[in-house]
Amino acid sequence: MTLEGKYGVPTVAVHTDKFDRVVRSVAAVSGMPGLRQVFVPQPIMGKTARELRAYVDGVDPITGRPVMQEIVEGLTRPFAADEESPARFDRSTPRLVAPDTPERLERLFLDSHWTDGLPIVLPTEARVAAMLRGTGRKADEVVGRLRSTHFREHWEYTVEKVAVNAVMAGARPEYFPVILALAATGVTARSSSSSAMATMAVVNGPVRREIGMNAGTGAMGPYAHANATIGRAYGLLSQNLQGGSVPGLSYMGNQGNSYAYNSVTFAENEERSPWEPFHVQHGLAAGDSAVSVFSGCRSTAFTLGLRERQWRAHVGNLLRGMEPSIPPTLLLDPIAARQFVDRGGFVKKDALLDWIHDAARMPAREYWDYQLVQNYIYPRATFGEEPWASRLRAAPDALIHMFRREDIHAVVVGGETNGYWRIMGCTYQKTVSVDAWR
Amino acid sequence: MSETIEVLNPMGFPPAVAGKALAPRLPTLDGRTVYLVDCRFDDSDIFLEQMRAWLAEHLPGARAVVKRISSVYLNDDPATWEEIRTKGHAAVMGVGH
Repeated sequence: MTLEGKYGVPTVAVHTDKFDRVVRSVAAVSGMPGLRQVFVPQPIMGKTARELRAYVDGVDPITGRPVMQEIVEGLTRPFAADEESPARFDRSTPRLVAPDTPERLERLFLDSHWTDGLPIVLPTEARVAAMLRGTGRKADEVVGRLRSTHFREHWEYTVEKVAVNAVMAGARPEYFPVILALAATGVTARSSSSSAMATMAVVNGPVRREIGMNAGTGAMGPYAHANATIGRAYGLLSQNLQGGSVPGLSYMGNQGNSYAYNSVTFAENEERSPWEPFHVQHGLAAGDSAVSVFSGCRSTAFTLGLRERQWRAHVGNLLRGMEPSIPPTLLLDPIAARQFVDRGGFVKKDALLDWIHDAARMPAREYWDYQLVQNYIYPRATFGEEPWASRLRAAPDALIHMFRREDIHAVVVGGETNGYWRIMGCTYQKTVSVDAWR
Repeated sequence: MSETIEVLNPMGFPPAVAGKALAPRLPTLDGRTVYLVDCRFDDSDIFLEQMRAWLAEHLPGARAVVKRISSVYLNDDPATWEEIRTKGHAAVMGVGH
Protein backbone atom coordinates (compact mmCIF):
# COMPACT_ATOMS: atom_id res chain seq x y z
CA MET A 1 0.00 0.00 0.00
CA THR A 2 2.93 2.32 0.71
CA LEU A 3 4.36 1.69 -2.76
CA GLU A 4 0.99 2.37 -4.38
CA GLY A 5 -0.14 5.35 -2.38
CA LYS A 6 3.04 7.15 -1.43
CA TYR A 7 5.51 6.19 -4.20
CA GLY A 8 3.08 5.81 -7.12
CA VAL A 9 4.35 2.38 -8.17
CA PRO A 10 1.72 -0.03 -9.60
CA THR A 11 1.82 -2.99 -7.25
CA VAL A 12 0.25 -6.39 -6.73
CA ALA A 13 0.34 -8.00 -3.29
CA VAL A 14 0.57 -11.79 -3.07
CA HIS A 15 -0.80 -13.58 0.00
CA THR A 16 -1.73 -17.09 0.99
CA ASP A 17 -5.41 -17.93 0.73
CA LYS A 18 -6.07 -18.16 4.48
CA PHE A 19 -5.62 -14.40 4.65
CA ASP A 20 -8.03 -13.29 1.94
CA ARG A 21 -10.62 -11.72 4.25
CA VAL A 22 -8.13 -10.02 6.52
CA VAL A 23 -6.01 -8.46 3.76
CA ARG A 24 -9.06 -7.22 1.85
CA SER A 25 -10.34 -5.71 5.09
CA VAL A 26 -7.00 -4.01 5.78
CA ALA A 27 -6.90 -2.59 2.25
CA ALA A 28 -10.45 -1.25 2.60
CA VAL A 29 -9.90 0.47 5.95
CA SER A 30 -6.66 1.90 4.58
CA GLY A 31 -8.59 3.62 1.82
CA MET A 32 -7.56 1.24 -0.98
CA PRO A 33 -10.37 -1.27 -1.47
CA GLY A 34 -9.34 -1.66 -5.12
CA LEU A 35 -5.78 -2.76 -4.26
CA ARG A 36 -4.82 -5.65 -6.53
CA GLN A 37 -4.29 -8.79 -4.46
CA VAL A 38 -3.53 -12.33 -5.61
CA PHE A 39 -3.61 -15.51 -3.55
CA VAL A 40 -1.62 -18.73 -3.55
CA PRO A 41 -2.16 -21.82 -1.36
CA GLN A 42 -1.07 -21.91 2.26
CA PRO A 43 1.65 -22.73 3.31
CA ILE A 44 4.72 -21.26 1.65
CA MET A 45 6.92 -22.29 4.58
CA GLY A 46 8.76 -25.56 4.11
CA LYS A 47 7.81 -26.10 0.48
CA THR A 48 10.46 -27.01 -2.09
CA ALA A 49 11.29 -24.81 -5.06
CA ARG A 50 9.47 -27.27 -7.29
CA GLU A 51 6.35 -27.14 -5.12
CA LEU A 52 6.43 -23.35 -5.09
CA ARG A 53 6.86 -23.29 -8.87
CA ALA A 54 3.61 -25.25 -8.98
CA TYR A 55 1.98 -22.43 -6.98
CA VAL A 56 3.27 -19.95 -9.59
CA ASP A 57 2.04 -22.10 -12.47
CA GLY A 58 -1.24 -22.84 -10.71
CA VAL A 59 -4.44 -21.00 -10.00
CA ASP A 60 -5.47 -18.53 -7.33
CA PRO A 61 -7.48 -20.69 -4.89
CA ILE A 62 -9.86 -17.81 -4.20
CA THR A 63 -10.73 -16.87 -7.80
CA GLY A 64 -9.77 -20.03 -9.71
CA ARG A 65 -7.84 -17.93 -12.24
CA PRO A 66 -4.14 -18.44 -13.15
CA VAL A 67 -1.89 -16.76 -10.61
CA MET A 68 0.49 -15.17 -13.12
CA GLN A 69 -2.33 -13.98 -15.33
CA GLU A 70 -3.80 -12.18 -12.33
CA ILE A 71 -0.42 -10.65 -11.49
CA VAL A 72 0.26 -9.41 -15.02
CA GLU A 73 -3.28 -8.07 -15.32
CA GLY A 74 -3.01 -6.54 -11.87
CA LEU A 75 -0.07 -4.44 -13.06
CA THR A 76 -1.45 -3.56 -16.51
CA ARG A 77 -5.27 -3.56 -16.54
CA PRO A 78 -6.67 -0.06 -15.89
CA PHE A 79 -9.02 0.35 -12.94
CA ALA A 80 -12.71 0.22 -13.61
CA ALA A 81 -14.81 2.97 -12.11
CA ASP A 82 -16.15 0.68 -9.37
CA GLU A 83 -12.61 -0.23 -8.28
CA GLU A 84 -11.75 3.31 -7.33
CA SER A 85 -12.12 3.90 -3.60
CA PRO A 86 -14.81 6.14 -2.14
CA ALA A 87 -13.60 9.56 -1.14
CA ARG A 88 -14.51 9.04 2.51
CA PHE A 89 -17.06 7.16 4.57
CA ASP A 90 -18.29 7.50 8.08
CA ARG A 91 -17.32 4.84 10.63
CA SER A 92 -18.76 6.24 13.84
CA THR A 93 -19.90 4.00 16.68
CA PRO A 94 -23.28 4.59 18.36
CA ARG A 95 -23.21 5.04 22.13
CA LEU A 96 -26.20 2.78 22.73
CA VAL A 97 -27.44 -0.53 21.42
CA ALA A 98 -31.11 -0.67 20.37
CA PRO A 99 -33.27 -1.59 23.41
CA ASP A 100 -34.21 -5.24 23.74
CA THR A 101 -34.75 -7.95 26.32
CA PRO A 102 -31.72 -9.07 28.35
CA GLU A 103 -31.84 -12.50 26.73
CA ARG A 104 -31.83 -11.09 23.22
CA LEU A 105 -29.12 -8.56 24.07
CA GLU A 106 -26.90 -11.29 25.49
CA ARG A 107 -27.36 -13.16 22.21
CA LEU A 108 -26.61 -10.01 20.23
CA PHE A 109 -23.36 -9.44 22.12
CA LEU A 110 -22.33 -13.05 21.52
CA ASP A 111 -23.24 -13.04 17.82
CA SER A 112 -21.50 -9.69 17.31
CA HIS A 113 -18.21 -11.15 18.65
CA TRP A 114 -18.24 -8.65 21.51
CA THR A 115 -17.62 -11.33 24.17
CA ASP A 116 -15.04 -14.02 24.87
CA GLY A 117 -17.70 -16.71 24.44
CA LEU A 118 -18.62 -16.69 28.13
CA PRO A 119 -21.68 -14.96 29.62
CA ILE A 120 -21.17 -11.24 30.24
CA VAL A 121 -22.75 -8.64 32.50
CA LEU A 122 -24.87 -6.39 30.31
CA PRO A 123 -23.51 -2.81 30.43
CA THR A 124 -26.58 -0.82 31.44
CA GLU A 125 -26.37 2.90 32.07
CA ALA A 126 -26.56 2.33 35.83
CA ARG A 127 -23.79 -0.26 35.89
CA VAL A 128 -21.51 1.82 33.69
CA ALA A 129 -22.19 4.89 35.86
CA ALA A 130 -21.21 2.86 38.94
CA MET A 131 -18.00 1.74 37.24
CA LEU A 132 -17.18 5.34 36.33
CA ARG A 133 -17.30 6.25 40.03
CA GLY A 134 -14.13 4.12 40.38
CA THR A 135 -12.06 6.88 38.78
CA GLY A 136 -11.78 10.63 38.99
CA ARG A 137 -11.34 10.89 35.24
CA LYS A 138 -14.10 12.26 33.01
CA ALA A 139 -16.21 9.79 31.04
CA ASP A 140 -15.45 11.42 27.70
CA GLU A 141 -11.70 11.63 28.23
CA VAL A 142 -9.71 9.77 25.58
CA VAL A 143 -7.66 6.96 27.16
CA GLY A 144 -5.67 5.75 24.18
CA ARG A 145 -5.59 3.85 20.91
CA LEU A 146 -5.36 0.17 20.06
CA ARG A 147 -5.01 -2.01 16.99
CA SER A 148 -4.78 -5.75 16.54
CA THR A 149 -1.69 -5.71 14.35
CA HIS A 150 0.94 -3.46 12.89
CA PHE A 151 -0.91 -3.20 9.58
CA ARG A 152 -4.32 -2.21 10.92
CA GLU A 153 -5.65 1.22 11.76
CA HIS A 154 -5.74 2.49 15.33
CA TRP A 155 -9.12 2.80 17.07
CA GLU A 156 -9.67 5.30 19.85
CA TYR A 157 -11.61 4.99 23.10
CA THR A 158 -12.79 6.99 26.08
CA VAL A 159 -13.01 6.29 29.80
CA GLU A 160 -16.69 5.42 29.32
CA LYS A 161 -15.88 2.87 26.61
CA VAL A 162 -13.38 1.19 28.92
CA ALA A 163 -16.01 1.18 31.68
CA VAL A 164 -18.50 -0.59 29.39
CA ASN A 165 -16.04 -3.42 28.84
CA ALA A 166 -15.08 -3.54 32.53
CA VAL A 167 -18.76 -4.02 33.43
CA MET A 168 -19.09 -6.79 30.84
CA ALA A 169 -16.13 -8.60 32.44
CA GLY A 170 -17.76 -8.54 35.88
CA ALA A 171 -15.20 -6.17 37.39
CA ARG A 172 -15.91 -3.99 40.42
CA PRO A 173 -15.51 -0.18 40.38
CA GLU A 174 -12.52 -0.36 42.74
CA TYR A 175 -10.63 -2.33 40.06
CA PHE A 176 -11.30 0.32 37.43
CA PRO A 177 -8.02 2.30 37.79
CA VAL A 178 -6.05 -0.88 37.05
CA ILE A 179 -8.24 -1.57 34.01
CA LEU A 180 -7.84 1.99 32.77
CA ALA A 181 -4.07 1.69 33.18
CA LEU A 182 -4.14 -1.47 31.08
CA ALA A 183 -6.19 0.31 28.43
CA ALA A 184 -3.71 3.19 28.52
CA THR A 185 -0.78 0.91 27.69
CA GLY A 186 -1.89 0.80 24.06
CA VAL A 187 -0.79 -2.85 24.07
CA THR A 188 -3.53 -5.12 22.81
CA ALA A 189 -4.36 -8.36 24.59
CA ARG A 190 -5.95 -9.56 21.33
CA SER A 191 -3.12 -9.51 18.81
CA SER A 192 -4.17 -10.99 15.48
CA SER A 193 -0.76 -12.64 15.00
CA SER A 194 -0.94 -16.11 13.45
CA SER A 195 1.39 -17.19 16.26
CA ALA A 196 -1.56 -17.05 18.69
CA MET A 197 -0.25 -14.55 21.19
CA ALA A 198 -1.60 -13.72 24.63
CA THR A 199 -0.62 -11.02 27.09
CA MET A 200 0.55 -11.09 30.72
CA ALA A 201 -0.25 -8.32 33.22
CA VAL A 202 1.64 -7.96 36.50
CA VAL A 203 0.30 -5.58 39.14
CA ASN A 204 2.59 -3.98 41.74
CA GLY A 205 2.22 -1.63 44.67
CA PRO A 206 -0.43 -0.88 47.31
CA VAL A 207 -3.37 -1.32 44.92
CA ARG A 208 -2.79 -5.09 45.03
CA ARG A 209 -3.96 -5.28 48.64
CA GLU A 210 -6.55 -2.51 48.34
CA ILE A 211 -8.55 -4.49 45.78
CA GLY A 212 -7.78 -8.00 46.99
CA MET A 213 -5.50 -9.21 44.23
CA ASN A 214 -3.88 -12.57 44.70
CA ALA A 215 -0.08 -12.82 44.62
CA GLY A 216 0.13 -16.10 46.50
CA THR A 217 -1.38 -19.56 46.16
CA GLY A 218 -3.23 -19.88 42.87
CA ALA A 219 -2.39 -16.30 41.79
CA MET A 220 -2.15 -17.28 38.13
CA GLY A 221 -5.32 -19.39 38.26
CA PRO A 222 -9.04 -18.75 38.65
CA TYR A 223 -8.94 -18.11 42.40
CA ALA A 224 -9.38 -14.37 42.91
CA HIS A 225 -12.18 -12.17 41.63
CA ALA A 226 -9.89 -9.21 41.02
CA ASN A 227 -7.27 -11.18 39.08
CA ALA A 228 -9.95 -12.94 37.04
CA THR A 229 -12.08 -9.97 36.09
CA ILE A 230 -9.30 -7.42 35.58
CA GLY A 231 -7.61 -9.84 33.20
CA ARG A 232 -10.88 -10.61 31.45
CA ALA A 233 -11.64 -6.91 31.13
CA TYR A 234 -8.23 -6.38 29.51
CA GLY A 235 -9.13 -8.97 26.88
CA LEU A 236 -12.64 -7.68 26.22
CA LEU A 237 -11.59 -4.05 26.03
CA SER A 238 -8.79 -4.99 23.66
CA GLN A 239 -10.99 -6.84 21.21
CA ASN A 240 -13.82 -4.30 21.25
CA LEU A 241 -11.91 -1.04 21.47
CA GLN A 242 -9.52 -2.01 18.66
CA GLY A 243 -12.38 -2.90 16.33
CA GLY A 244 -12.76 -6.63 16.79
CA SER A 245 -11.02 -9.97 17.13
CA VAL A 246 -12.85 -12.31 14.79
CA PRO A 247 -11.20 -15.49 13.49
CA GLY A 248 -10.41 -15.22 9.80
CA LEU A 249 -11.08 -11.50 9.70
CA SER A 250 -9.23 -9.77 12.50
CA TYR A 251 -7.77 -12.73 14.43
CA MET A 252 -5.44 -15.22 12.74
CA GLY A 253 -3.88 -17.11 15.68
CA ASN A 254 -3.61 -20.61 14.25
CA GLN A 255 -4.25 -22.55 17.46
CA GLY A 256 -5.59 -19.81 19.70
CA ASN A 257 -4.25 -19.33 23.21
CA SER A 258 -6.16 -20.10 26.40
CA TYR A 259 -4.01 -17.62 28.32
CA ALA A 260 -6.06 -14.98 26.48
CA TYR A 261 -9.13 -15.67 28.67
CA ASN A 262 -7.68 -13.49 31.43
CA SER A 263 -4.32 -12.37 30.04
CA VAL A 264 -2.30 -14.08 32.81
CA THR A 265 -3.17 -11.28 35.22
CA PHE A 266 -1.76 -11.44 38.75
CA ALA A 267 -0.02 -9.43 41.46
CA GLU A 268 3.66 -9.79 42.27
CA ASN A 269 4.37 -11.28 45.69
CA GLU A 270 6.48 -8.32 46.77
CA GLU A 271 6.28 -9.20 50.49
CA ARG A 272 7.95 -12.60 49.98
CA SER A 273 10.34 -11.63 47.21
CA PRO A 274 14.08 -11.38 48.00
CA TRP A 275 14.39 -8.61 45.41
CA GLU A 276 12.94 -5.21 44.64
CA PRO A 277 9.47 -5.18 43.01
CA PHE A 278 9.19 -5.28 39.25
CA HIS A 279 7.78 -1.76 38.92
CA VAL A 280 10.65 -0.33 41.01
CA GLN A 281 13.06 -1.80 38.48
CA HIS A 282 11.21 0.24 35.89
CA GLY A 283 11.40 3.63 37.46
CA LEU A 284 8.49 3.81 39.92
CA ALA A 285 8.61 4.09 43.69
CA ALA A 286 7.73 1.15 45.93
CA GLY A 287 4.70 3.09 47.19
CA ASP A 288 3.39 3.62 43.66
CA SER A 289 0.87 1.27 42.09
CA ALA A 290 1.48 0.13 38.55
CA VAL A 291 0.74 -2.54 36.01
CA SER A 292 3.28 -4.02 33.61
CA VAL A 293 2.36 -5.80 30.41
CA PHE A 294 4.18 -8.46 28.43
CA SER A 295 3.22 -9.79 25.01
CA GLY A 296 3.72 -13.18 23.40
CA CYS A 297 3.02 -15.74 26.13
CA ARG A 298 3.07 -18.84 23.94
CA SER A 299 6.02 -20.88 25.18
CA THR A 300 6.63 -22.00 28.74
CA ALA A 301 9.11 -24.21 30.57
CA PHE A 302 8.67 -25.57 34.07
CA THR A 303 10.56 -27.34 36.84
CA LEU A 304 10.75 -27.79 40.63
CA GLY A 305 13.36 -25.90 42.61
CA LEU A 306 17.10 -25.93 42.03
CA ARG A 307 19.08 -29.11 42.69
CA GLU A 308 22.38 -28.64 44.53
CA ARG A 309 24.73 -30.12 41.92
CA GLN A 310 23.15 -29.80 38.48
CA TRP A 311 20.89 -26.74 38.77
CA ARG A 312 22.94 -24.73 36.31
CA ALA A 313 22.62 -27.44 33.66
CA HIS A 314 18.92 -27.88 34.39
CA VAL A 315 18.18 -24.17 33.97
CA GLY A 316 20.25 -24.10 30.79
CA ASN A 317 18.18 -26.97 29.43
CA LEU A 318 14.94 -25.12 30.22
CA LEU A 319 16.21 -22.03 28.41
CA ARG A 320 17.28 -23.98 25.34
CA GLY A 321 13.78 -25.44 25.21
CA MET A 322 12.31 -21.99 24.69
CA GLU A 323 11.68 -20.43 21.28
CA PRO A 324 14.89 -18.40 20.84
CA SER A 325 13.27 -15.42 19.16
CA ILE A 326 11.15 -14.72 22.26
CA PRO A 327 12.96 -13.73 25.48
CA PRO A 328 12.34 -15.39 28.85
CA THR A 329 10.61 -13.97 31.91
CA LEU A 330 11.14 -16.11 35.00
CA LEU A 331 7.99 -16.55 37.12
CA LEU A 332 9.42 -17.63 40.46
CA ASP A 333 7.63 -18.85 43.53
CA PRO A 334 9.32 -17.19 46.54
CA ILE A 335 10.87 -20.57 47.45
CA ALA A 336 12.52 -20.80 44.02
CA ALA A 337 13.56 -17.14 44.15
CA ARG A 338 15.34 -17.70 47.47
CA GLN A 339 16.98 -20.83 46.07
CA PHE A 340 18.48 -18.71 43.31
CA VAL A 341 19.85 -16.44 46.05
CA ASP A 342 21.16 -19.36 48.10
CA ARG A 343 22.56 -21.51 45.29
CA GLY A 344 23.79 -18.82 42.94
CA GLY A 345 24.48 -15.93 45.30
CA PHE A 346 22.11 -13.72 43.32
CA VAL A 347 21.42 -11.23 46.08
CA LYS A 348 20.45 -8.69 43.41
CA LYS A 349 17.95 -9.61 40.70
CA ASP A 350 20.24 -8.11 38.07
CA ALA A 351 22.89 -10.69 38.97
CA LEU A 352 20.39 -13.47 38.33
CA LEU A 353 19.38 -11.96 34.99
CA ASP A 354 23.05 -11.61 34.01
CA TRP A 355 23.55 -15.29 34.76
CA ILE A 356 20.42 -16.31 32.83
CA HIS A 357 21.68 -14.33 29.85
CA ASP A 358 24.99 -16.16 29.98
CA ALA A 359 23.41 -19.59 30.50
CA ALA A 360 21.05 -19.27 27.54
CA ARG A 361 23.32 -20.26 24.68
CA MET A 362 23.14 -22.61 21.74
CA PRO A 363 25.31 -23.41 18.69
CA ALA A 364 25.14 -20.64 16.11
CA ARG A 365 24.17 -23.05 13.33
CA GLU A 366 21.09 -24.15 15.30
CA TYR A 367 20.12 -20.67 16.41
CA TRP A 368 20.20 -19.07 12.97
CA ASP A 369 18.21 -21.91 11.44
CA TYR A 370 15.10 -21.34 13.60
CA GLN A 371 12.25 -20.11 11.38
CA LEU A 372 11.30 -17.18 13.61
CA VAL A 373 14.94 -16.18 13.95
CA GLN A 374 15.13 -16.20 10.15
CA ASN A 375 11.95 -14.13 9.90
CA TYR A 376 12.55 -11.52 12.56
CA ILE A 377 16.18 -11.47 13.72
CA TYR A 378 18.33 -12.49 10.75
CA PRO A 379 17.24 -9.47 8.66
CA ARG A 380 18.22 -7.12 11.46
CA ALA A 381 21.56 -8.90 11.86
CA THR A 382 22.35 -8.65 8.16
CA PHE A 383 21.86 -4.91 8.31
CA GLY A 384 24.27 -4.49 11.19
CA GLU A 385 21.98 -4.29 14.20
CA GLU A 386 23.73 -5.39 17.38
CA PRO A 387 24.07 -7.68 19.20
CA TRP A 388 22.80 -9.89 16.39
CA ALA A 389 25.30 -8.71 13.78
CA SER A 390 28.19 -9.93 15.94
CA ARG A 391 26.42 -13.20 16.63
CA LEU A 392 25.95 -13.72 12.89
CA ARG A 393 29.73 -13.65 12.49
CA ALA A 394 30.20 -16.46 15.03
CA ALA A 395 31.54 -19.84 13.85
CA PRO A 396 28.75 -22.40 13.26
CA ASP A 397 29.65 -24.42 16.36
CA ALA A 398 30.23 -21.42 18.61
CA LEU A 399 27.81 -21.17 21.53
CA ILE A 400 26.04 -17.84 21.11
CA HIS A 401 23.60 -16.00 23.36
CA MET A 402 19.98 -16.77 22.57
CA PHE A 403 18.61 -13.52 24.00
CA ARG A 404 19.52 -9.91 24.64
CA ARG A 405 20.26 -9.21 28.30
CA GLU A 406 17.84 -6.29 28.47
CA ASP A 407 14.94 -8.50 27.34
CA ILE A 408 15.26 -10.96 30.26
CA HIS A 409 13.07 -10.41 33.34
CA ALA A 410 11.93 -12.07 36.57
CA VAL A 411 8.75 -11.73 38.63
CA VAL A 412 8.02 -13.38 41.98
CA VAL A 413 4.59 -14.98 42.30
CA GLY A 414 3.20 -17.90 44.27
CA GLY A 415 2.16 -19.03 47.70
CA GLU A 416 5.11 -21.24 48.73
CA THR A 417 3.11 -24.46 48.77
CA ASN A 418 6.14 -25.73 46.84
CA GLY A 419 9.12 -24.42 44.87
CA TYR A 420 7.75 -24.94 41.37
CA TRP A 421 8.60 -22.22 38.91
CA ARG A 422 8.34 -21.59 35.23
CA ILE A 423 9.67 -19.52 32.39
CA MET A 424 7.26 -17.57 30.21
CA GLY A 425 8.44 -16.72 26.73
CA CYS A 426 7.24 -13.13 26.38
CA THR A 427 8.36 -9.62 25.56
CA TYR A 428 8.11 -6.91 28.20
CA GLN A 429 6.29 -3.92 26.73
CA LYS A 430 5.79 -1.24 29.35
CA THR A 431 4.84 -0.29 32.90
CA VAL A 432 1.98 2.18 33.44
CA SER A 433 0.95 3.99 36.63
CA VAL A 434 -2.34 2.89 38.17
CA ASP A 435 -2.40 5.92 40.46
CA ALA A 436 -2.72 8.21 37.44
CA TRP A 437 -6.09 6.58 36.70
CA ARG A 438 -7.59 6.67 40.20
CA MET B 1 -41.59 -11.96 28.61
CA SER B 2 -38.73 -9.82 29.91
CA GLU B 3 -38.86 -6.06 29.79
CA THR B 4 -36.60 -4.31 27.35
CA ILE B 5 -33.51 -2.56 28.62
CA GLU B 6 -30.96 -0.24 27.11
CA VAL B 7 -27.24 -0.98 27.18
CA LEU B 8 -24.09 0.69 25.92
CA ASN B 9 -22.18 -0.32 22.81
CA PRO B 10 -18.75 -1.75 23.74
CA MET B 11 -16.94 -0.95 20.49
CA GLY B 12 -14.30 1.78 20.21
CA PHE B 13 -14.18 4.62 17.71
CA PRO B 14 -12.66 3.83 14.31
CA PRO B 15 -10.88 6.47 12.29
CA ALA B 16 -12.68 7.89 9.29
CA VAL B 17 -11.41 6.36 6.08
CA ALA B 18 -10.22 8.62 3.31
CA GLY B 19 -9.76 7.04 -0.11
CA LYS B 20 -6.23 6.93 -1.47
CA ALA B 21 -5.39 7.02 -5.15
CA LEU B 22 -3.87 3.89 -6.66
CA ALA B 23 -0.99 4.20 -9.09
CA PRO B 24 -1.87 4.17 -12.81
CA ARG B 25 -1.37 0.77 -14.42
CA LEU B 26 1.27 0.14 -17.09
CA PRO B 27 0.22 -0.41 -20.72
CA THR B 28 2.59 -3.40 -20.92
CA LEU B 29 5.40 -5.06 -18.97
CA ASP B 30 7.59 -5.25 -22.07
CA GLY B 31 10.72 -3.23 -21.55
CA ARG B 32 9.80 -2.55 -17.92
CA THR B 33 11.51 -3.57 -14.68
CA VAL B 34 9.32 -5.43 -12.20
CA TYR B 35 10.58 -5.64 -8.65
CA LEU B 36 9.62 -8.84 -6.85
CA VAL B 37 9.84 -7.68 -3.25
CA ASP B 38 10.71 -10.34 -0.70
CA CYS B 39 9.06 -9.46 2.61
CA ARG B 40 11.31 -12.04 4.32
CA PHE B 41 8.38 -13.97 5.61
CA ASP B 42 8.95 -17.72 5.94
CA ASP B 43 10.26 -19.01 2.56
CA SER B 44 8.96 -16.21 0.36
CA ASP B 45 12.43 -15.77 -1.21
CA ILE B 46 12.18 -19.25 -2.76
CA PHE B 47 8.67 -18.49 -4.02
CA LEU B 48 9.70 -15.22 -5.64
CA GLU B 49 12.64 -16.88 -7.38
CA GLN B 50 10.11 -19.19 -9.03
CA MET B 51 8.09 -16.18 -10.08
CA ARG B 52 11.21 -14.54 -11.52
CA ALA B 53 11.89 -17.72 -13.52
CA TRP B 54 8.31 -17.73 -14.82
CA LEU B 55 8.60 -14.15 -16.01
CA ALA B 56 11.93 -14.90 -17.75
CA GLU B 57 10.30 -17.79 -19.59
CA HIS B 58 6.97 -16.23 -20.48
CA LEU B 59 7.65 -12.49 -20.59
CA PRO B 60 11.30 -12.20 -21.65
CA GLY B 61 10.79 -8.55 -22.52
CA ALA B 62 10.21 -7.74 -18.86
CA ARG B 63 13.10 -7.52 -16.44
CA ALA B 64 12.37 -9.06 -13.04
CA VAL B 65 14.49 -8.20 -10.00
CA VAL B 66 14.12 -10.01 -6.68
CA LYS B 67 14.71 -7.48 -3.91
CA ARG B 68 14.69 -8.29 -0.19
CA ILE B 69 13.41 -5.61 2.15
CA SER B 70 16.08 -4.11 4.37
CA SER B 71 14.79 -5.36 7.68
CA VAL B 72 11.74 -7.20 9.04
CA TYR B 73 8.40 -6.54 7.37
CA LEU B 74 7.18 -4.68 10.46
CA ASN B 75 9.52 -1.79 9.64
CA ASP B 76 9.07 0.79 6.92
CA ASP B 77 11.79 0.60 4.27
CA PRO B 78 11.95 3.97 2.47
CA ALA B 79 15.34 3.23 0.85
CA THR B 80 13.93 0.17 -0.90
CA TRP B 81 10.72 1.94 -1.93
CA GLU B 82 12.76 4.81 -3.35
CA GLU B 83 14.95 2.38 -5.29
CA ILE B 84 11.86 0.75 -6.79
CA ARG B 85 10.39 4.11 -7.75
CA THR B 86 13.57 5.30 -9.45
CA LYS B 87 14.82 2.06 -11.01
CA GLY B 88 11.62 0.09 -11.51
CA HIS B 89 8.20 0.43 -13.08
CA ALA B 90 6.07 -2.03 -11.07
CA ALA B 91 6.25 -4.27 -8.01
CA VAL B 92 4.93 -7.56 -6.69
CA MET B 93 5.00 -7.82 -2.90
CA GLY B 94 5.19 -11.30 -1.44
CA VAL B 95 4.39 -13.24 0.38
CA GLY B 96 2.25 -11.75 3.13
CA HIS B 97 1.42 -14.88 5.07
